[in-house]
Amino acid sequence: MLLRHTTAKEIDRKALTINPAKTCQPIGAMYAALGLHGCLPHSHGSQGCCSYHRSALTRHFKEPVMASTSSFSEGSSVFGGSSNLVSAIETIFSVYEPDVIAVHTTCLSETIGDDLTQIISKANEDGKVPAGKKVIYCNTPSYVGTHVTGYANQVSAFVKFFSTATPKKRNVVNLVAGWMEPSDMREIKRIANEMEARTIMFPDMSGVLDTPLTGHYDMYPKGGTTQADMIATGDSKFSIGIGPYTTEDACIKLENKCKVKFETVEIPIGLKATDRFIMSLSRHANLPVPDSLTEERGRLIDLIADNNKNFYDKRVALYGDPDTLIPLVEFLLTLDMKPVYIVTGTPGKHFDDAMTAMLKEKVPEAKFKSGERADMFQLHQWIKQEGVDMLIGNSYGKYIARDENIPFVRLGFPVMDRPGNNFFPCVGYTGATNLLIKILDAFLDHKDRTCPEEKVELVM
Amino acid sequence: MIKEVNNSVSVDDLKKFKDEVLHKYPKKVAKKRDKAILLNDPETPPQIQANVRTVPGIITQRGCTYAGCKGVVLGPTRDIINITHGPIGCGFYSWLTRRNQTKPETEADENFMMYCFSTDMQDSNIVFGGEEKLKQAIREAYELFHPKAIAIFSTCPVGLIGDDVHRVARHMKEEIGEGINIFGFSCEGYRGVSQSAGHHIANNGLFKNLIGRDDEKRGDLKYRVNLLGEYNIGGDAFELERIFEKCGINLIATFSGNSTIQKFENAHTADLNMVMCHRSINYVAEMMETSFGIPWIKVQPIGADSTAKMLRKIGQYFGDQELIDKIEEVIADEMVAVIAAREKALKKTNGKKAMLFVGGSRAHHYQNLFEELGMTTLSAGYEFGHRDDYEGRVVIPTIQIDADSRNIEEITVTKDETRYNPRKTEEELKALEAEGMEFNGYEGLMPQMAKGSLVIDDLSHYEMEKLIELYKPDVFCAGIKEKFCVQKMGVPLKQLHSYDYGGPYAGFKGAINFYEDIEMIACTTIWKELKAPWESETYVEAQYAY
Repeated sequence: MLLRHTTAKEIDRKALTINPAKTCQPIGAMYAALGLHGCLPHSHGSQGCCSYHRSALTRHFKEPVMASTSSFSEGSSVFGGSSNLVSAIETIFSVYEPDVIAVHTTCLSETIGDDLTQIISKANEDGKVPAGKKVIYCNTPSYVGTHVTGYANQVSAFVKFFSTATPKKRNVVNLVAGWMEPSDMREIKRIANEMEARTIMFPDMSGVLDTPLTGHYDMYPKGGTTQADMIATGDSKFSIGIGPYTTEDACIKLENKCKVKFETVEIPIGLKATDRFIMSLSRHANLPVPDSLTEERGRLIDLIADNNKNFYDKRVALYGDPDTLIPLVEFLLTLDMKPVYIVTGTPGKHFDDAMTAMLKEKVPEAKFKSGERADMFQLHQWIKQEGVDMLIGNSYGKYIARDENIPFVRLGFPVMDRPGNNFFPCVGYTGATNLLIKILDAFLDHKDRTCPEEKVELVM
Repeated sequence: MIKEVNNSVSVDDLKKFKDEVLHKYPKKVAKKRDKAILLNDPETPPQIQANVRTVPGIITQRGCTYAGCKGVVLGPTRDIINITHGPIGCGFYSWLTRRNQTKPETEADENFMMYCFSTDMQDSNIVFGGEEKLKQAIREAYELFHPKAIAIFSTCPVGLIGDDVHRVARHMKEEIGEGINIFGFSCEGYRGVSQSAGHHIANNGLFKNLIGRDDEKRGDLKYRVNLLGEYNIGGDAFELERIFEKCGINLIATFSGNSTIQKFENAHTADLNMVMCHRSINYVAEMMETSFGIPWIKVQPIGADSTAKMLRKIGQYFGDQELIDKIEEVIADEMVAVIAAREKALKKTNGKKAMLFVGGSRAHHYQNLFEELGMTTLSAGYEFGHRDDYEGRVVIPTIQIDADSRNIEEITVTKDETRYNPRKTEEELKALEAEGMEFNGYEGLMPQMAKGSLVIDDLSHYEMEKLIELYKPDVFCAGIKEKFCVQKMGVPLKQLHSYDYGGPYAGFKGAINFYEDIEMIACTTIWKELKAPWESETYVEAQYAY
């Protein structure tokens, strides 16, 4: 057994996290910063932070992930990291030539209290920032919130530094993208195109973290929200925040700064969340839903109805980020499955309320937990107490899945042991179809491998 | 003098590199990088600048002290509960990502490798201190798992807010009792200039808290050795264990691939230390020599020929004909498959060009394997090596200790009063040296590389791009962060940290695996398909003609 020391017996843990279902803020900021065209994320802290974040993102995306670091030494930790940052800015602009440097902090620079506003304005005053170039920043202390918080903070920083309102509003809807795969962002843009809606998506990692292999390497690939578009978000008539945990702050900031009204919706994973997203876009772009999308929806319903017997009453354990888990739990309920155990290391009342509302009647036995010590060890202990039929989450679940012999579907961050996230979205009706096929394959492959020989079926 | 480093790249071509890259840097940066990029001379290695701070803003391969301590050295031991004291990230990123394999002897044996333990510090812990939370975390870890040992690893904020992990360790050791061993590491990420500082801190901790606690000599009393600086990535240690067993060599402890606490505690009962990764573990070898009188030799069991060389050194050291004969028999037996695989691969790999930028020893050792494949190393360098890893240990007395190195704890080790026992007399050592054996020495990377090849320390992303653009190697060896940039340029990258999830590459079977994998890289056809047919000139002309 891989996790041989995990038993069903729980103790009341107050301090020890075991097998976390979260990581720290800066990686989220780094990921989001890659969604701005020509932007180099910069980690203001020890080299290890930057190295770890780049490695984790690279293992997931299988793509170049570029970012620089302030390379703190013991001296900078004592005397402050100001000179490191100023020298980094100068070096980065002359060697790596980005249009924008997006600085985020770490637990180190936050603990010593480096003041980014002051350091960066001094760098500007001292002429370290070439004309036409920009240094933006956000605070991402690792001891507050999680990677989800860091992503949200970087997206807010885009609004803070770019969004500008001119007297002329445009008939454009902002699509503020929460933590999704580049393929999901591509799919959402396709849906908007299908509806002929004029939109600006930010951040946008499609074309950045799913680039073609051509023999030529672009440090700043073609994709990403352009600065011009980012500035123009202030003139849009409405914003839809896709994933409240990661986008609500940015939407509020944009409303306060540029009077752009907004609503947040769940990431469109599954039937109902996609329905709501499409209705929201239809309403705010003032466009009808085209028949093509209704047909996509119908095909999804067809697939669900045809395979209902494989879903009905199946017990599922899940872990990951709230913006993914909320619509995913809803989708499983649409399939008449039973999400019985759900954990996320990211704290927040919205998750708890959403789970209570969705599960209270349909799955009264469900257990869920968020925040500190809502970890995969806890989840595994629950599974030991009463088993499940399926596990859904990032690659770290494979150890539980193997020990307990449960079908396993990889979804979330990071997925390091299977490719495909950059090709097959899980959002929209098409994405829901992809996800369903994954779930079905996991169930049916498991059955084919483990059922008695006389029960092996050709047609399923 | 070797005129051509490789048939397609001349020394003059390589000379251009420095001018090409340096002018891009701001003046101060250029001045600094100038000393870290040089043309090799194997006869008289030039002085390289190494183990100095990376310029802020330079995109570097390097990581931090915590990564070197927790991730590299202490990570591979299966029966210690490693608690990261800090915010969640550091523990999360070092959770199973280094591919250290481990194989408990029984289903009941302890194995915590798949677990990640963290105090997950919150802002209140930063403001009011995290010692109480750490104590409670240790209590909970003990209540749940009853481990023999718990280690605490400090992350950046821990040092800044003044949490004393060593005091907590002592306190909890006393509170729990039951013979538990608890110890801490001050391996905050900002100490030192790279992972290297973390290795040193880990070495000190191993020596202070584990080595020498168990004097019982178990198993065979003959040919007792330790292997230092081998971390069982991809099963390397398993292959070396297999070879030693086949030869009748008694491996007491590996630091730290496939290791247990007991093996560390018992390591001082060995009679020879073999250092594989010099950078990460030479301190332990030195301390064990001083304290217990165990000599150490540098070995390179990467490459079949150098694996054979290592075994012969062991035979020579123990000087027992029975062992020497057995070793020759094993080598002859193993080399049959090795030579067959090598000959097959050579047809595809001979004359190709490699570049290696990785680690503190791999950029050296893996050149053995490329040599066996008939390939030339055009350029190489370390991510966190010191001058002695390039120029050899002879330069150690001349290395200037800067502020960053001074920050790292140096422990004073003296002869153990009761257990110091020189394994060989002065005369015996002299005699062995006269036969060509070298003790407590390492000649470094440079003497092995061709004259005029490029040696670059702490390669930056910009320099990497230029190397590929100018010299188009057939394979570039580095890590995950570099992997996909290089491949986007149409050059295959072989990861030498994770082996691209292949391996093992150590020992005889490892060499065969490596030959096969490099042959595969040389024969992969997809690289020829990067251009779409309609992107070619002939197609465009045909279109116009039409």
